[in-house]
Amino acid sequence: MKQRTTDITVGLFMLAGLAALLFLALQVSGLSPKAAESTYTVYADFNDTGGITPRGRVSMAGVTIGTIDSVTLNKETFQARVAMSIHSDVDNIPADSAAVIRTSGLLGEQYIDISIGGEMESLKPGDTFYSTQSAMNIERLISNFASGK
Amino acid sequence: MDKIAALGHSGISMVISFGRAGRFLAGVLSGVPRPVTGFPLLMRQLYSVGVLSLAIVVVSGLFIGMVLGLQGYTILSDFGSEAAIGQMIALTLVRELGPVVTALLFAGRAGSALTAEIGLMKATEQLSSMEMMGVDPLRRVIAPRLWAGFIAMPVLAIIFSMVGIWGGMLVGVEWLGVFEGSYWGNMQASVDFRDDVVNGVIKSVVFGFVCAWIAVYQGYDCVPTSAGISSATTKTVVYSSLAVLGLDFVLTAVMFGNF
Repeated sequence: MKQRTTDITVGLFMLAGLAALLFLALQVSGLSPKAAESTYTVYADFNDTGGITPRGRVSMAGVTIGTIDSVTLNKETFQARVAMSIHSDVDNIPADSAAVIRTSGLLGEQYIDISIGGEMESLKPGDTFYSTQSAMNIERLISNFASGK
Repeated sequence: MDKIAALGHSGISMVISFGRAGRFLAGVLSGVPRPVTGFPLLMRQLYSVGVLSLAIVVVSGLFIGMVLGLQGYTILSDFGSEAAIGQMIALTLVRELGPVVTALLFAGRAGSALTAEIGLMKATEQLSSMEMMGVDPLRRVIAPRLWAGFIAMPVLAIIFSMVGIWGGMLVGVEWLGVFEGSYWGNMQASVDFRDDVVNGVIKSVVFGFVCAWIAVYQGYDCVPTSAGISSATTKTVVYSSLAVLGLDFVLTAVMFGNF
């Protein structure tokens, strides 16, 4: 086979590989070509985080507005401290809003939902949520029910 | 006593052959590739190793994706969550099946051909006559083949994953009627580019390197008879498959094991 034909077919082969990688990036992993959005960090203390993990979703009214950065244990209060990055354009979360851990579907992943408060002031970067609601634990729910509490 | 001696002998020869393989690799890689003369050689090898393997990779990828779609649908629909089929297919293919199955096919399709070709060159003394003419066979014959395997394997694995995901869509969406939006939506929500796609590509790079190394080493080191070539070809396929499966476990543990 002539060298030129070989070069062309190999070139097409490499292009097919690049196109496939692009497909995996854009269509399969949903990577958007725009730059990473600027975010600010807020914190929330939970008694029980359930199955919350970093990279999880933070949503408000069902719309994703940020991601969970880290889940650490606060050794003084024995609570879990969750750091989350909120998109900068959502800068008017009322200061008395509550962070609630919810489950999508019956067995789905857990995420943090922010239920809106009524205060005029809004959360600033580095602030901590005033009130939180921990993950629903079915075992605890059943044992509370069984013991009649 | 003879049994123990035989065991010791086989142990020593195994270590020796590992050492020879390592020195062989160092010899191949230390020769700086010459851009002008080396490039056409690399292109020819990329053609025979990569382009000619494309057909088997595409066909297997399509069928594996379709089978995943069918199996996934029957299992997931019991739980009423057949919309998660896209996520299941994409994660299985991108993380595991894409790199591993492509590497196994690659070892069978391209690795065995490399071994047989180099082994026959050795048996017909083409390699030693090259040396007589002052041409380094490591640089002229082995290095382009090693690099070609190393480059072609990730490309093939990526194409395999893409075709498999498309085949899964063919069965899940077109045939069994999963909503197309939830197929892609669930997939995009759960597949991460860095953690899943890039890790899959890293796996396939490692597999490509190992398969190509085993193939060219077995060819270069074979006993120069027809029986020797045939046993070297068999060894290539067996060793490559075992190495790929073993390394896959190690890489998976490191990448997705969370420790």
